[in-house]
Amino acid sequence: MSHETNALAQIHRQIMWNRLIAVVEEQAQIMIRTAFSTTVREAGDLSAGIFDLDGRMMAQAVTGTPGHVNSMAESVGHFLQKFPINTMRPGDHYITNDPWLGTGHLHDLTVVTPAFHRGVIVGLFANTAHVIDIGGLGMGPEGRSVFEEGMYIPIVKCFDQGKPNETFFDFMRAGSRLPVELEGDIYSLCACNDAGARRLVEMMDEFEMTSLQPLAQFIFDSSYRATLAEIARIPRGTYTGEIYSDGYEEPVRLAASMEILEDRIEVDFAGTSGLSSRGINVPPAYCRAYSCFGIKCVVAPEIPNNWASLAPFRMKIPEGCILNAPRPYPVSVRHVIGHLLPDLMMGCLHQAVPERVTAEGASALWNPPLRGGGAVSGQSRGNKPVIADFEIITFNSGGTGARPTLDGLNATAFPSGVRTMPVEATENVAPVILWRKELKPDSGGAGRTRGGVGQIMEIATKGDLEFAVNATFDRVAHAPKGRESGLEGAAGRVTQKSGKTLRTKGFQVIPDGDRLILELPGGAGMGDPTTRDPALVARDVRDGLVSAANARALYKVALTDALAVDEPETTRIRLHT
Amino acid sequence: MQSARLAVDIGGTFTDLALEQGGRRTTAKVLTTPAAPEQGVMEGFQTIIRAAGVAPSDIELIIHGTTLATNAVIERKGARTALITTEGFRDVIAMGNESRYDQYDLNIVLPEPLVPRYLRLPVPERLDNTGKVLRPLDEAAVLALIPLLKQENVESIAVGLLHAFVNPVHERRIQAILRQELPDVPVSLSSEVSPEMREWERFSTTVANAYVQPMMARYLRRLESDLHAAGATAPLFLMMSGGGLTTIETACRFPIRLVESGPAGGAIFSAHIARECGLDSVLSFDMGGTTAKVCLIDGYKPQTARTFEVARVGRFRKGSGLPLRIPVIEMVEIGAGGGSIAHVDTMGRIGVGPESAGADPGPACYGRGGMHPAVTDANLSLGRYDPSRFAGGSIKLDAGAARDALLADVGAKLGLTAELAALGVVEMVDENMANAARVHAIESGKTYEGRTLIAFGGGGPVHACRVAEKVGINRVLVPSGAGVGSAIGFLRAPVGYEVVRSLYQRFSTFDVAAVNDLLEDMRSEAEAAVEKGSFGAPTVETRTAYMRYVGQGHEIPVPLPNQVLGVEDIALIRERYDEQYARFFDRPVPGSDVEIMSYAVVVTTVTAEVEPPPRPDSLFTTEATPVRTQLVRDTTTGAVSPWAIYDRASLVPWVTIAGPAIVTEDETSTLIGPGWTAMVNGLGYIELTRDA
Repeated sequence: MSHETNALAQIHRQIMWNRLIAVVEEQAQIMIRTAFSTTVREAGDLSAGIFDLDGRMMAQAVTGTPGHVNSMAESVGHFLQKFPINTMRPGDHYITNDPWLGTGHLHDLTVVTPAFHRGVIVGLFANTAHVIDIGGLGMGPEGRSVFEEGMYIPIVKCFDQGKPNETFFDFMRAGSRLPVELEGDIYSLCACNDAGARRLVEMMDEFEMTSLQPLAQFIFDSSYRATLAEIARIPRGTYTGEIYSDGYEEPVRLAASMEILEDRIEVDFAGTSGLSSRGINVPPAYCRAYSCFGIKCVVAPEIPNNWASLAPFRMKIPEGCILNAPRPYPVSVRHVIGHLLPDLMMGCLHQAVPERVTAEGASALWNPPLRGGGAVSGQSRGNKPVIADFEIITFNSGGTGARPTLDGLNATAFPSGVRTMPVEATENVAPVILWRKELKPDSGGAGRTRGGVGQIMEIATKGDLEFAVNATFDRVAHAPKGRESGLEGAAGRVTQKSGKTLRTKGFQVIPDGDRLILELPGGAGMGDPTTRDPALVARDVRDGLVSAANARALYKVALTDALAVDEPETTRIRLHT
Repeated sequence: MQSARLAVDIGGTFTDLALEQGGRRTTAKVLTTPAAPEQGVMEGFQTIIRAAGVAPSDIELIIHGTTLATNAVIERKGARTALITTEGFRDVIAMGNESRYDQYDLNIVLPEPLVPRYLRLPVPERLDNTGKVLRPLDEAAVLALIPLLKQENVESIAVGLLHAFVNPVHERRIQAILRQELPDVPVSLSSEVSPEMREWERFSTTVANAYVQPMMARYLRRLESDLHAAGATAPLFLMMSGGGLTTIETACRFPIRLVESGPAGGAIFSAHIARECGLDSVLSFDMGGTTAKVCLIDGYKPQTARTFEVARVGRFRKGSGLPLRIPVIEMVEIGAGGGSIAHVDTMGRIGVGPESAGADPGPACYGRGGMHPAVTDANLSLGRYDPSRFAGGSIKLDAGAARDALLADVGAKLGLTAELAALGVVEMVDENMANAARVHAIESGKTYEGRTLIAFGGGGPVHACRVAEKVGINRVLVPSGAGVGSAIGFLRAPVGYEVVRSLYQRFSTFDVAAVNDLLEDMRSEAEAAVEKGSFGAPTVETRTAYMRYVGQGHEIPVPLPNQVLGVEDIALIRERYDEQYARFFDRPVPGSDVEIMSYAVVVTTVTAEVEPPPRPDSLFTTEATPVRTQLVRDTTTGAVSPWAIYDRASLVPWVTIAGPAIVTEDETSTLIGPGWTAMVNGLGYIELTRDA
């Protein structure tokens, strides 16, 4: 019978684990439904999780974006240092946007909420969300220190036993361009933690639990064992890689040396460029988050995120390098560099498990923060009209890298997990007109499998009045690289319609009568393009994604006038390669 | 002779029919004939009128629902379709929201658009968000497309232009040109099919409508003429995904509104049961062979939504299908059915589904070559089925095969016996269904407190008690006739039509006159659609505004008064918004303005009131007599004990049964868990109550 009792207990712990993941998923869904910032509700730039009393993450919502993953996981420990468990009361909510205690820039708010069961604190709920405006310069690389980048919220109580901290909210409202949205978002973050806590209490009652600790141990043991088993399937050794970002003042080199050991994977970032004077620096928690994500996609994609499943991935980030920015370096657009980290990790892993990684992609999101009105054009420009004040950001992506057996995804976010907003919705919240937003032909890197195709956007205001972009773009001077003889994806371009080339980073004004043209990079190819199935090349030509000239020059595929594969000619030119 | 009503539901495998005449119901099931579905219908028609003893001319109304439109999209068997769209936006339906539905899977596949890129044809034109023309339509560019459309043998054309839902002027002009040049090719306009903001959803819906239209129109006309030829001259009505009925003319124009009409019928079936039994707040739970569907029903009305995803490529994964923005009965579909296969993942966790053994080979216990353990195998191993009487004895279950599969795929990996592995599998599938139901309630701003679960489908009554316990429901109802539930649901559906339009306004600058004009317009459109089928029956109108705080992402429905609005109503509407918001999200946000995104007007015929059957004095209830006992393992405690087995056919109203027990019938088994008591009510439905 005792065997049966143990077996039943094991099954019940599995059920409880499953339930816990459902609880944090509910927490995330509530945030999406109630948030005010488009970044959360439309784009999904958020994260939610439950933690044990030692600040170890037990479960995390599947919904959300990787940048917040272990950065939020680390964050709860910082909260507990300032506000120990025994000082927490029901109805308390704690908040910060400290880039070094949270998720890497001031625009991300992290809220932590204790959960009480029968009067006893049993766990903590945390969530992170990217808000639209936090004051300061606004989203962009121009700050020379974090103090210029916006309001800095140390870890404080925003609700004390259910009562809002009005002094705190006064500061928030006064310091933001979008006070209603900011306040609404903070309320929404707190409400979603409350909902998680309520659900947890119901779960503990149903399963007659008095503490989360035994369940935490079970989750950690199972996850750790499973992660080690997956690591064991990767050939031992040390693998190296490098990747370049366009940087702000000069190109940035990211270098990694990855060692696969029996019980862990260690990455050393020695050889990485030094700090920048502008906001593209990466706080270490964010570097760990995206590096870890890149490794996990390849090594253990099916194991849920928690303290134990993330523990075997260790990062050694040298002091003074751009991936270990110390306070108060500017970090506002740390994602521009951070999003390249999964490509860097896959560059290393390609040497170990080539059949499991992708070629490099556009990777860094192309989010144009757009601003117009008085803040750009002054109160008056003589008799010239000025566009109404607006401040928006849209989330857009180039192509992803080709996969071993599949083409890359066209204009799709990776590694970030965000979604873009409808053009019609964007045009309803700001006086902008997107004149063009479509796939860009010949931008996907040629290969046996093709890189995902990038896109072109043409942006103006109503009446073509002056506006500004705070550029945070990359992969313009350094195109995504292919693997196994696959070719590069097309590099990005940032220009004015009149022809002028713009800088990839920094605040720039698009004058009256002109438009902003963004050409987002394509993903790189994988494998020799002349081994690609000619029928797929013909399909791409017919669809206008690959030109007939490139079909012939890069893929060695000849087409008939009807755009079918010209078999004899294709055989002939492929033989002569 | 009393007049009769006939319902026909074409599913993937079976075509179900139900005929009612003077309170008497006849049902029939025939195989679906996918190549020419009307053949199956006509075969069923002949069968059922013979069985019911009615003449074709006695039938006053024929109601039809079908999965043909859905299947055409899933199997990519629709018309060769082109999309004419705003220059610069030909890839809207391919780019979607630029996201991946799975964060960690590097090898996901996104759904292919229904129109390939070379048939997505841009024309110069542009409106702004207020409908103002920024760039006039280049009519010469439209005309220049005609040779290509002819050369490519395009059979159907979708027109989707930016902001056309505000001002359809360019879409209508394109339609006029196409009518002139290509009179035989049907044209779907985004401003008519789905006049709402968000270009991806609107274009996707319009394209899907165009894609299924020629085939659906041909089919519906063939069916109509076959029925006429057979002497059935009654009007043919179509079941829509939103739960209302519509005329064949509307169905031919907007066939996309017919997707998922079968499941909608199931929800209406549940809603009717709820009305019969006076249950105000219900969770409909339909568990079949491959999926389970849950739907919230309040005030006898299934919850509705305005978006739906069809043809998901990542099985049941949100975001992996083609979005449709149409009125639908909102259901969550979970990859959990009797055929769902159990496995053990890398962390040693039992997982169930979404892979399914289907009907062929089916679960291991069917003995048709299925090697992997399915939920049915687990139920059998727990002792919940009598192997010789499953599905009315038509399938002899092989308990040994079930045990072997459970041991091999689950037990051996976790050190569990086959019986405990079975327990784990059933607990996990129940947990998965309960979790999905819980998240659904959260998303809908509803709770399970005080709700009754109505269980049907082959698996529903087996799993109902445990799922109810897990979501906190204390009452379960198992109706009869659940085998053809959707078809019966069709007979209960009102004739109705929903019109949705976007009109963006902020509350602080609310323009009452513009709203009144719009609502009036919408009312006449909906009434005109309903009039054709209501034959003067009384109708009822509901008006809803979809509102949110300025800047927020998700609108909530707010009921509007059915009248010409005055300035004084603004405060009332704001009050209702605050009420609804608090119901969904607890905390209102002080000092925020509210914006209205769109309006819906629904006109339907009135559903007849039904009196719940009277309850006898408790003194008259008697305990039912079991036919035998069977050893069953309880999934909560793991204990094995003899459970009493009852035959449903022999149960009379008002008998009671104390759990644990099982009531068997041909189509399913009703499990009465320990701690539950069952009673058969005056309608023959089994009511289960959890002991306090």
